[in-house]
Amino acid sequence: MNGRAAPSGVISSWDLSIGVDGPGTRFVVFTGGCPLRCLYCQNPETWRMRDGRRVTVDEVMAEAAKYRRFIEVAGGGVTISGGEPLLQPAFTGELLRRCRALGLHTALDTSGLLGARAGDALLADTGLVLLDVKSWDPATYRRVTGGPVEPTLRFARRLAELGRPTWVRFVLVPGLTDDPGNVEGLARFVAGLGNVERVDVLPFHRLATAKYERLGLRFPLDGVEPPDQALLDRVHAQFRAHGVTSV
Amino acid sequence: MTVTSAALAAWRGFRGTTWRTAVDVRAFIQANYTPYEGDESFLAGPTARTRAVWEAVASKFPEERERGIHDVDASTPSSITSHAPGYIDRDLELIVGLQTDAPLKRAIMPAGGLRMVESGLAAYGYTLDPAVKEIFTKYRKTHNDGVFDAYTPEIRAARRSGVITGLPDAYGRGRIIGDYRRVALYGVDRLIDVKHEELHALDDAFSTDPVIRDREELSEQIRALEELKRMAASYGHDVSHPAATAQEAVQWLYFAYLAAVKEQNGAAMSLGRTSTFLDVYLERDLAEGLITEERAQELVDDFVIKLRIVRFLRTPEYDQLFSGDPTWVTESIGGIGADGRPLVTRTSFRYLQTLRNLGPAPEPNLTVFWSPALPEPFKRFCAALSIETSSIQYESDELMRPRFGDDTAIACCVSAAPVGRQMQFFGARVNLAKTLLYAINGGRDEVTGAQVGPAYPPLTGEYLDYEELRAAFDRMMDWLARTYVNALNVIHYMHDKYAYERVEMALHDHPVKRTLACGIAGLSVAADSLSAVRHARVRVIRDETGLAVDYEVEGEYPAFGNNDDRVDGLAVELVRSFMEKVRRHPAYRDAEHTQSVLTITSNVVYGKHTGNTPDGRRAGAPFAPGANPMNGRDRHGLVASALSVAKLPYEEAQDGISLTNTVTPQGLGRTPEERVANLVGVLDGYFDARGFHMNVNVLDRATLLDAMEHPERYPQLTIRVSGYAVNFVRLTPEQQRDVVERTFHGSL
Repeated sequence: MNGRAAPSGVISSWDLSIGVDGPGTRFVVFTGGCPLRCLYCQNPETWRMRDGRRVTVDEVMAEAAKYRRFIEVAGGGVTISGGEPLLQPAFTGELLRRCRALGLHTALDTSGLLGARAGDALLADTGLVLLDVKSWDPATYRRVTGGPVEPTLRFARRLAELGRPTWVRFVLVPGLTDDPGNVEGLARFVAGLGNVERVDVLPFHRLATAKYERLGLRFPLDGVEPPDQALLDRVHAQFRAHGVTSV
Repeated sequence: MTVTSAALAAWRGFRGTTWRTAVDVRAFIQANYTPYEGDESFLAGPTARTRAVWEAVASKFPEERERGIHDVDASTPSSITSHAPGYIDRDLELIVGLQTDAPLKRAIMPAGGLRMVESGLAAYGYTLDPAVKEIFTKYRKTHNDGVFDAYTPEIRAARRSGVITGLPDAYGRGRIIGDYRRVALYGVDRLIDVKHEELHALDDAFSTDPVIRDREELSEQIRALEELKRMAASYGHDVSHPAATAQEAVQWLYFAYLAAVKEQNGAAMSLGRTSTFLDVYLERDLAEGLITEERAQELVDDFVIKLRIVRFLRTPEYDQLFSGDPTWVTESIGGIGADGRPLVTRTSFRYLQTLRNLGPAPEPNLTVFWSPALPEPFKRFCAALSIETSSIQYESDELMRPRFGDDTAIACCVSAAPVGRQMQFFGARVNLAKTLLYAINGGRDEVTGAQVGPAYPPLTGEYLDYEELRAAFDRMMDWLARTYVNALNVIHYMHDKYAYERVEMALHDHPVKRTLACGIAGLSVAADSLSAVRHARVRVIRDETGLAVDYEVEGEYPAFGNNDDRVDGLAVELVRSFMEKVRRHPAYRDAEHTQSVLTITSNVVYGKHTGNTPDGRRAGAPFAPGANPMNGRDRHGLVASALSVAKLPYEEAQDGISLTNTVTPQGLGRTPEERVANLVGVLDGYFDARGFHMNVNVLDRATLLDAMEHPERYPQLTIRVSGYAVNFVRLTPEQQRDVVERTFHGSL
C-alpha cells in the first residue's frame, strides 16, 4: 500500500444503530477480523478476516455520506467497531480522519488488546473511545476472551494520559464476570483514570444464538441466564461507590 | 351576519374579528390560542371519578373481545335521533352522549349496504328485524345495491380476483371530517343560517345536474343540523347557541361528532384537529377560576373515553381486512402555524396525557404533526409516551403545511385534508404485486388462471427480461388505472346518492374541494421483483397451461429498505408512474386524483390472494404493510430502512405514505432519558429527510409472543400497524403472526 492511495480494508458489514454504539444515531462499520474469541461475542461472523469483504475507504465513505445529514439532524456520528478495528489501523485511522473531516462525531469500539497499534493521530481523530474491558481479573479475562488483560489496561492508561473521552463497556455474565472482586478491581481502576465519562454495564444476553446456529457453531454460553435486576443493581452500585457513572 | 347576544356572552374575552362575521375556525384559533413551550409537569393524573367512569366501560372489554361485540340493536336503523339517550354513569359523566341507548351497544346502518348488516348480525348470533329488511329491500335502495347495478363485468372480475380490493362498495366510505368545532364556536342556528345562504345562492343558477344535486345536498345538510339540535336536547343541552364554557365546548363538539358516528358507519371517522381549539376555552375557564387543572383534564379524559368506545357493526371478513375493529377516530395534534408559532398548547399535552390516565389505547388515533421546529419539551413528551405506549403516529407537518395550510387534519391514517374545506372520496387500493404477475401472464390470474386483465401476450422467456417486463407491467398498469377509476366513480356516485354524509358535510364550506383518494399496495414486493429481474436472474416456472406460477432467483439483488438507489429508484418510479396513469381518467365530481401508499392491515389479506412473486416471496405470504420494505430484507437498521421510504415522492402520493417501525426498547438506547432523546432525534432526522409518516412501536418480540399466549394479561397492549393502532389481542392469529415476524430493529 503506498502512502498516497487511500487504504482499503476488510469489513463484515455496516449498519445504522441508535443509542447502542455510542451516543445517538450512528453509522457503524464492523471491520473484519478479531484476535479475541469472547465467549459471549455477538458477532461471530466478524471473527475471521477472510469472511469479510475488501472495500476501499472511498466506498465506505460514500455509504456514510448518505447518512451525514440525518446524523447531523438526529444527533450521533460514526462508530468503527468490529471485529477489532485496530487489527487494521491504517484503514480504521483513515476512516476516522475522513469522518472527522466531514464534521461527524467519531467513535472507536475496541477491546484495547491492540491499542499499541493506534497512533496518536488516529486517537486524535477519535471523538470517543468505547473501550471494552471484559474483566479486571487476568484469569477471568483470559477465560472470557482467550487473551491477556494487560494490553487493554495499558491502552486505557494511555487514553487517560492523552485525555481522550472514553466510555468503558463491561459485559456482565452471571457466573463468569460477576465476581465482586472482579468488578471492584475494574471500578477502582476506572475511577483512577479521569477520562472515563461512564461505564456501560451491558447485561449478557443470548440473542446471538441464532447467528451461531447459522454459522454451524455452538453458542458457548447457551445455558447461561441473563443477569437479574439484583445483580445489575449490585454491580452498578459497585461502580457508583467509586464515583463512576454507571448505566 | 348578525351576532346574537348569546354569542356575545359566549365569546367573552375572545380576540379577533374575521371569524365573527364568517365561519372560520382557523381564524378564531390563530387570534386566541396560547402556544405552550413548557413541559408536562403541570398535568393532572386521573381522578377517582375518571377512573370509575373508565372502569365502568373497560371492564366490559374482555367479554366484548371474547364475543366479538357486546350488544347490538338489530331493529333500529341508526340516525342522528334514532336512539334514546344513553349513559355510562349519568351521575359521574361530565361529557355525555352515546351512539345508542347503552355503552358498547352497536347500531345498524343499512343505507350503506344491507348485506353487510345482515352478515354482521349473523356472525354474532343476531337476526335483522324483518321490518327493516323489508324496508331496505322493497322500498329503499342501498349504496351497495346501487354500486352493483352500475359495475361493469371487468370491474367485478378485478374485484373478485383481488387485484383491486377493499373498495367501499358495501360499507360506508368514511374519510370525511366534519369541522365539529364549528358547533361549539358558532352554535347550530348560526350554521343553519349559513347553509340557507349557500342554498339561496343557487336560486338563480339553472337547474343542471350539479346544481340540482347541490341544492338537494344543502337541504339535507340543514335537516341534519336540525336533528343534531334535537339529539343534544334529548341529553338536556341546547346547542343552538355557541358554547359558553369549556365543558360546553367539549360537549358541543362531541355532540357534533356523535351525530356523525350515529349517521355513518364510515371506514374512518376522524375527529379532526381539536385540541388547540378547545385549549382556548379551557384556558379561559382556568383564567376565570371556573375550573382547575384537574377538572380541565377530567373534561379531556371524559371526552376521550367517549371516543374510545365508538363502535360499528362490521363483519368478521371486514375485520380481516381492517383488523382489530378500528374506527380511526384520528385526532391531529401539534404542528407549526403559518406564522411560525407552534400549534402546541397545554391541551395538546392533556390529550396525550390520556394515554397515562386511561392507559394505552388504539383510539382515538393520536397523530402528532411533527416538525423539527416543535418545542423540545413537547417532542420529548411525545417520544416518552411512544416508548411507554406505542400508541402515537407521527406525520410531517413540514410536508403538509405548505400544501394544505396549518388547519389540516388527518382523515383515516395518513391522508391530509384542510378541516371543513376538503373531503376525500376514499378509494382503497390496487395490488401492484398482483398486477406485475398479470403483466407476466398476459392478464391471467396466477391463482385461478382466469382471464381478469386484458389478454396481452404473456412473457414466454425462460428468464424474465427487465425491459420486456417493465413494458408489459406498464401496459397492465394502464388497464388497472382505468378499471380502478372507473370503479371509484361508480362507488362515489352511489354513495352520494344513497348514503350521503349529511351532518359531516353540513360542517364543511360550500362548495367543498374533493379528492379521489386512490392507493397502491405491494409496492415493496413489486420494486424488489423488478430489482431481482434487473440485478439478478429470475427463472420462470410455468404450469402445463403456460401460466407462470413460480420464480427462481439466481444471485443477489438490492432490496428496498437499505437506502440503495438501485432499487429505491424503481419504487419511486412506480409511484410516479401509477399516479400519472390514474390522473388520465376523469374523476367523479371533478375530484383531484391522489394516491396513498398504505395498506392498513390488509397487507395480510392481499398477500394471501397473491401468488409467488419474482422477488422470492412465496404465494400467500403477507406483503409488507404500507410503504414498508419487506420484512427481514431491510438489513441495515431502522434509519436505512426509513430513508428508502423517505425517497417516495409525497407530491405524487398526497394521500399519504405509511411507514411502520418496530424497535426494541434496547434498540433506542441504554437509559430511559437516552431513549427519549434518541427517538426525538430519529423523528427529527426522518422528517428532515422528507419522510411523511412514521408509526413507532417500542416493543420486543417476547412481549407479543406472550400476549398471543395470554391475551387476558394484555387487554390494553396497543401496537401501531399501518396508519392506525390496534389492540394486539384483537388481531386474528394470522395477523398476530405477521406482526411478530416483522423486522424488529435493534434485535440481532
